[in-house]
Amino acid sequence: MTDVDGGTGRVDVRKTYKLSIGGAFPRSESGRSYEVRAADGRFLANAAAASRKDARDAVAAALKAQPSWAAATAYSRGQVLYRVAEMLEGRREQFVTEVADAEGLHVAGLGARGLDGAAASLVDAAIDRWVWYAGWSDKIAQVAGNANPVAGPYFNLSVPEPTGVVAVLAPQASSLLGLVSVVAPVIVSGNACVVLASQERPLPAITLSEVLATSDLPGGVVNILTGSTAEVSPWLASHEAVRAVDLAGAAPLPGQEASVDWGELERAAASTLTRVVRPAGRAPSSEAAEEPDWTAPPPGPARILQFTETKTVWHPKGR
Amino acid sequence: MPTFEYAPAPQSRDVDIKASYGLFIGGEFTDAVEGETLETVNPATEEVLSKVAVAGTADVDRAVRAARAAYERSWGPMPATERAKYLFRVARILQERAREMAVLESLDNGKPIRESRDVDIPLAAAHFFYHAGWADKLEHAGLGAHPRPLGVAGQVIPWNFPLLMLAWKVAPALAGGNTVVLKPAETTPLTAMLFAEICQQADLPPGVVNIVPGAGASGAAVVAHPDVDKVAFTGSTEVGRQIARTVAGTRKKVTLELGGKAANIVFDDAALEQAVEGVVNGIFFNQGHVCCAGSRLLVQESIAEEFGERLRRRVKLLRVGDPLDKNTDVGAVNSADQLAKIKELTDAADEEGATRWTEPCELPDRGYWFAPTVFTDVSPAHRIAREEVFGPVLAVLTFRTPEEAVARANNTPYGLSAGVWTEKGSRILWMADRLQAGVVWANTFNRFDPASPFGGYKESGFGREGGRQGLAGYLKEASA
Repeated sequence: MTDVDGGTGRVDVRKTYKLSIGGAFPRSESGRSYEVRAADGRFLANAAAASRKDARDAVAAALKAQPSWAAATAYSRGQVLYRVAEMLEGRREQFVTEVADAEGLHVAGLGARGLDGAAASLVDAAIDRWVWYAGWSDKIAQVAGNANPVAGPYFNLSVPEPTGVVAVLAPQASSLLGLVSVVAPVIVSGNACVVLASQERPLPAITLSEVLATSDLPGGVVNILTGSTAEVSPWLASHEAVRAVDLAGAAPLPGQEASVDWGELERAAASTLTRVVRPAGRAPSSEAAEEPDWTAPPPGPARILQFTETKTVWHPKGR
Repeated sequence: MPTFEYAPAPQSRDVDIKASYGLFIGGEFTDAVEGETLETVNPATEEVLSKVAVAGTADVDRAVRAARAAYERSWGPMPATERAKYLFRVARILQERAREMAVLESLDNGKPIRESRDVDIPLAAAHFFYHAGWADKLEHAGLGAHPRPLGVAGQVIPWNFPLLMLAWKVAPALAGGNTVVLKPAETTPLTAMLFAEICQQADLPPGVVNIVPGAGASGAAVVAHPDVDKVAFTGSTEVGRQIARTVAGTRKKVTLELGGKAANIVFDDAALEQAVEGVVNGIFFNQGHVCCAGSRLLVQESIAEEFGERLRRRVKLLRVGDPLDKNTDVGAVNSADQLAKIKELTDAADEEGATRWTEPCELPDRGYWFAPTVFTDVSPAHRIAREEVFGPVLAVLTFRTPEEAVARANNTPYGLSAGVWTEKGSRILWMADRLQAGVVWANTFNRFDPASPFGGYKESGFGREGGRQGLAGYLKEASA
């Protein structure tokens, strides 16, 4: 990011990064903010530091939005997700800059404009991931639902349904691709979510919220918070209206200590039997979580199904 | 009852129709080798709309070569995620150009603009959207761990839903990684030609979709071409039989979606107003040019009289006329040939002793028209109860018990669809188990969705279109 555009003397107009709750873009009700710096240490922006109340407001917004989102046809939801990809493609350059800043992927000599570099390929993969999940909207029931040949004169059918409101701790390292990889599978089936963005790399998430707001996605289906993972995540995990929580973002940035123990978050979730998706990691204990390589395409729809409930309907047959 | 006069509400017809169209081969429009053309006519006015090249054997051969080359060099080797994005593009352009497509469809086919606008075109786009999503998820479709495309698909489609049938054929073929040579119907080639332009706008690699208009001979050439790996046909049972014979003894995979003589079964506990609407929609939708049309009404004896009265009251309100008028319910019959077939079968019904009822209505002087007609006193042996009319003609029969309803409904060589009207859920499912039909609609009729498999039992053909089952027609199981 530069202060003055080369030679013209024009001062650029910088964006204020805010939260995204219920389709609106408020600052934190606490009035707090924190400095966001690029991987190379440059100051980028002040992001809002969400509070417990912001988290609760976001859950309330998700609760309000979820029923009508779930009631939309799978075809409509698929078109909305595809529209997100279209909008993201249109702002590709901006995302390449933000991802390069956040993840330290500037191409030598090209600065932020390395549109063919590593950051660019991450943005492309994020766009394609929306497309991939868009395609699942009207197939997930066909793949994961089935007629059951019960031993009696009954029609018996099982179908997956969205679980409700999902809290998502977005990956700490992969600021856009990782984020998309956890948000798209949650909402495609008809859930609404509250996303806590990467603490140190939150700007692509906030810009994504602007994309979502212009993609026919109803306000409140995706709510995005920025701030301290350690402070906000326990409120989300233990909130009684939250039906499932994705703890991907409990894995720390490479080389750093985790700021939260995901085992503790899972214990907090247990009080309301909130479904938990654990962060990746090979170690048996909850301390050692690792962020997976999000560039690898998902092998299947498992991430969608983790946020669904199977409903089975019985009906007698008889003349 | 008050009568309402409607002012005409014409859809503007400012759609660009070229004076002539070539074949679409290898991504470009080209003339036919032998230079033969056919004229396509607006069946509502008999005005010639355009001239379209007719594909001969040499042209079909060129098209198959182009499809084979694209299969081997571009479409086949392309990563599935990229193929998916092309299909999404096509879906989007179809949505963008929906109005133009709808007008063109109504002009060329004769169907009411209300139907082409609200049914044909949106469903065609939805088919591409749905199958785009499958293109990179085939291994999850339950068709084996490593499903593979078949190669070149030769596809022959009918005139009743020209663009929609194109979508039913092309979308799953491309999603599976196949390339296609498509022969649109002789009387309705125009939306297919516009679709060719859409392929160009989408930058679809040349040869992935090839369109070879013509009549029966062109279709036969596609089916018989030795380098075609898959044959998909929608049309009459008679032609379907010929195709089954043609491909017999070859390794070509075949799916056939053929005729029907669907029973719409109304029980005495049905919600009658809803049932009347469903029966009327079931037979008069698209002038009855629907293979799954509910052309036989089976009504329970105890309510037959009352139901007949309600039915006639409703049919009287149907507006027959200009397909481009947004108020029109029933448009023009697609061709003089089809009109002659409808007349032949309805005349036979008169001779065999059925009672004809038609609300007298004014029909345009030019064009091909047949007013909605209901036959009562029909016996199961009458031709009107056995043969597919493919027109706005309903044959009414009665039954007493559910067993008798099933027996009568199944008493046909066809088995495409059936309708059941009752408020009793358990009876719907009991009936569905016993009806020999690929689609059973309960308390609704003529519902179509890309996610829902469609196709027939018995002589209504084999294979399904739509859903996971539809994909199966364009894939083969392979080991890793």
